[in-house]
Amino acid sequence: MSTAVFNPRPDQLDQDSQTHRWNYLNVGYTIKSWLLTHDHKRIAILYLISVTLFFFLGGLFAVFIRLELMTPAGDLMQSETYNKMFTMHGIMMVFFFLIPSIPAVLGNFLVPLMIGARDLAFPRLNLLSWYIYIIGGLFTFAAVLLGGVDTGWTFYTPYSSTYSNTNVILAAVGIFITGFSSILTGINFIVTIHKMRAPGLTWFRLPLFIWAHYATSLIQVLGTPVIAITILLVGLERLFHIGIFDPKLGGDPILFQHLFWFYSHPAVYIMILPSMGVISELITCFSKKKVFGYHFIAFSSVAIAVLSFLVWGHHLFTSGQSIYAGMVFSFFSMAVAIPSAIKVFNWTATLYKGSVSYQAPMLYAIGFIGLFTIGGLTGIFLATLAVDVHVHDTYFIVAHFHYIMVGGAIMGYLGGIHFWWPKITGRLYPEGWARFAALVVFVGFNLTFFPQFVLGYLGMPRRYHIYPEEFQMLNVMSSAGATILGVGYLIPLIYLFWSLRHGPIASANPWGATGLEWKTPSPPPTENFERTPVVTEEAYEYTPSREKLKESEVV
Amino acid sequence: MDKEFRFLPEQASRISGQVDLLYFFLVTVSIFFALLIFFLIYIFAMRYRRRSEDEVPREIPGLLKLELAWSIIPFGLTMIVFVWGASLYFNTYTPPDNALEIYVVGKQWMWHIQHPTGQREINTLHIPRGEAVKLTMATEDVIHSFYIPAFRIKKDVVPGRYTTMWFEAIKVGEYHLFCAEYCGTKHSQMIGTVVVMEPADYEAWLSGGNSNEPLAVSGEKKFQQLACNTCHTDKPGARGPSLVGVFGSQVQMQNGDKIVVDQNYIRESILNPKAKIVAGYQPIMPTFQGQINEADLLQIVAYIQSLSKNGNTNQ
Amino acid sequence: MSEHSSALAHQFDDLEQQFEASTLGMWAFLITEIMFFGGLFLGYAIYRSLYPEAFAEASRLLDYRLGAINTAVLICSSLTMVLAVRAAQLGQRKALIVFLLLTIFLGSAFLGNKVVEYAHKFEHHLVPGASFSPEPPLAHPQQAQLFFGFYFAMTGLHALHMIIGIGILTMLVVQSKRGRFSSEYFSPVDITGLYWHFVDVVWIFLFPLLYLISRT
Repeated sequence: MSTAVFNPRPDQLDQDSQTHRWNYLNVGYTIKSWLLTHDHKRIAILYLISVTLFFFLGGLFAVFIRLELMTPAGDLMQSETYNKMFTMHGIMMVFFFLIPSIPAVLGNFLVPLMIGARDLAFPRLNLLSWYIYIIGGLFTFAAVLLGGVDTGWTFYTPYSSTYSNTNVILAAVGIFITGFSSILTGINFIVTIHKMRAPGLTWFRLPLFIWAHYATSLIQVLGTPVIAITILLVGLERLFHIGIFDPKLGGDPILFQHLFWFYSHPAVYIMILPSMGVISELITCFSKKKVFGYHFIAFSSVAIAVLSFLVWGHHLFTSGQSIYAGMVFSFFSMAVAIPSAIKVFNWTATLYKGSVSYQAPMLYAIGFIGLFTIGGLTGIFLATLAVDVHVHDTYFIVAHFHYIMVGGAIMGYLGGIHFWWPKITGRLYPEGWARFAALVVFVGFNLTFFPQFVLGYLGMPRRYHIYPEEFQMLNVMSSAGATILGVGYLIPLIYLFWSLRHGPIASANPWGATGLEWKTPSPPPTENFERTPVVTEEAYEYTPSREKLKESEVV
Repeated sequence: MDKEFRFLPEQASRISGQVDLLYFFLVTVSIFFALLIFFLIYIFAMRYRRRSEDEVPREIPGLLKLELAWSIIPFGLTMIVFVWGASLYFNTYTPPDNALEIYVVGKQWMWHIQHPTGQREINTLHIPRGEAVKLTMATEDVIHSFYIPAFRIKKDVVPGRYTTMWFEAIKVGEYHLFCAEYCGTKHSQMIGTVVVMEPADYEAWLSGGNSNEPLAVSGEKKFQQLACNTCHTDKPGARGPSLVGVFGSQVQMQNGDKIVVDQNYIRESILNPKAKIVAGYQPIMPTFQGQINEADLLQIVAYIQSLSKNGNTNQ
Repeated sequence: MSEHSSALAHQFDDLEQQFEASTLGMWAFLITEIMFFGGLFLGYAIYRSLYPEAFAEASRLLDYRLGAINTAVLICSSLTMVLAVRAAQLGQRKALIVFLLLTIFLGSAFLGNKVVEYAHKFEHHLVPGASFSPEPPLAHPQQAQLFFGFYFAMTGLHALHMIIGIGILTMLVVQSKRGRFSSEYFSPVDITGLYWHFVDVVWIFLFPLLYLISRT
């Protein structure tokens, strides 16, 4: 398929790109210049490669899961193996893909650029965070190679602390270590955003991508240490039989659940907030319009970060916590949905009277809005006490979180990767293939996960690999969808790789977008800007002041 | 079991229909908002599609009223759902006084069920239609969850304590029973059947098969086997407090706390007697941790319950 | 402010921005540490409220005098740390090195004490696990094991932070000797001071909670 679907405007063909220009990619080709880099852009690339590897590894486990679930009997693999499959799928995807992906790849690359800085506040800490991520990943990978873990990514005690005889400690150590990568990224972003904005770049002129990453960093900094300590305690219990979570030794298994979910619920907002930041950028650029309700979207990100710490008990509605605690958590879980709803409405309103175009990033953005809406609405179902009692621990939950994580977060990630691909690589990706892949992903995704809502309400529990016959049809639909979805993810892998060598050269601003990152060449030079930019405009200033003057004349 | 395709499980308990109604309300509201968003996006994307590269859209000023409207209205809707769900949950939390009490012990990877008349079953639960049934549940090992989709209800069984749930079956038939909390290798095989029978058939089933002695009688036997009766003699000067009539009553502890004697308290007193000492008694009771399994524990609890006038309580 | 000072990292515009950034960064990090230790404190609080007598009994097996000495040692080390920061602010290189070394010495004394304490626990079979067997036998052995689990986890984590702190202080001594710090640029000393004070404060909470339960 040709790449001519994208028509470059005359002003976009940059003379610079024809002549040799130093940029962050060609200043050094040695391994050492990559592995010991301080440049946030190179570190972003290092993360890009590693999260992609983990994504496909986690996806491989998903393939096995969906293959097994094509038939009601447990005929593809043994129970122990299946239990390891869903555990490893969850661990890889949650800790090694979803949590780092957008912040560590797009955030690392773009935060300094978007605020007009030369780098993040702590470049060496940034590199350290990548190494920590890799070391944690290696420990967890070792756990996989040495026979896997079968506790579920949620590690509920006393199964994980006392009963499981798989590599729990190895996996726990891996997650413990990787958590620090998340914390360091969070600290770096908070300080950078506070202290290194270009002159004139006030808080309310910041791109919403920055607001989203700021809110995410707040959660990373406050929440991650709690899971670190929780995992540590599980490890100690396994090693020394202390009895913090094992009732036979005087401990309380529900305490584990409280501690675990105190982090893991805010964690899911670590996974979605950055994606929402991406969507704000995409919707504005591809409507060529200032975002509707900038302040509301900005504040809603912070509101989500705050409220996210108040809802963890909605994972314990059936665990025997007090009925009054249940009501408090149900209430706050309803409340936390509202800021997300505000974003969705504001994005939709941004399209109104805009100039809308449908390149691949926009397709991903629109897909995000639709799928996130469904995922978010089903969250209300789960916040509702009496309904959650029925669907808790069923495929309804699985469908809900995949709508948010995959239909939401991953679509945002892919949209962002495509949108900033020219900036990151200096090349354009093939637009036709990209749109096709976006469609394939959208169709495959819905076919995979919508049937799971029905399965869940029918009562099919999660983490089952043998199930009653009457659930087979929906499972087959889901597995068929998963195949399509998998293909949809492989296609970009191929053409993005291809574009590195054969894609057309990109200008500084192929999309005509606002934002400081587009005012520097593609790819940017190592120091980002020749001169520190001075900001005089509001965010998303698509309407030139001439037009604004005309409006005020009319009024 | 009903194997035809459906979108909902059968409505076999008194609350199934109520939960489904709330669910349908949520589905309706969700479809409305989802379609609204999809529709608006579609219309805007079509109507305002870029016709020329040079076009510059007009800036639309923000509208506080609109922002407030689409914040407050959804919040109001969620509050309706919250209150509805919470009250349904609240009403179904506490079992009625006269509920039929059945004891469940989960262990990797099976459900062991004991009826008060002594009837035991594995992975099957026979209950009468039209009568409130309260399950008192324990686990021998890890956390499991007793889930009956047709009744729209589940409750985790947590090691170290008893958990309870209750329901009233309204439709005769056989329904799925699933373990709904991942518990290891054979989690997906920890399943069974709930058999709802007409009350007369249930009585017949209870008395059929081997003659079983009532749980409370088995419990009394264990009570004597384990020599509990040597201290809990119900005579003045006994080494242990009397257990006659104690279930459901309030007792004063050594440290001044007043505790209502419920199933969890009895279980704790047997497994960890030093945790709470009744006022006026010495802490000399040995622990039976490791000497008695959950199923037998439940029998002793049932026996002690039977020593109270109102043996059946909501605890 | 010297724009071309070698201490100025390239991503910052001036030393002032760099100083503010490092300070904010250290505060953000300390907040994560509060959450980290906080999880342990929460677990401790829950189990202590459940088993107050057991915890009191187990706590009496700790040597509160060693603990008190350690508390004094650590507070002194915070004093020497503050003096080090002040010396750095005033550009007094010799004083800076002296106070850094004193802090290292006091911190090491603390750790030495801890080694003595831990050795004592090992000898008397008070380490949680298969070999846990307190003499004389306790009324609540199971919960005592839980107490000691928290004791080792909390003081162990604290000691780890001390070791890391001493390592950083050592690096600061080396850098001071090389003349890296001046009254213009001393932020590493300053933020290490923040870290060190934090570790001290954690101990000030740990000491009474672990050593002083019911010592009337």
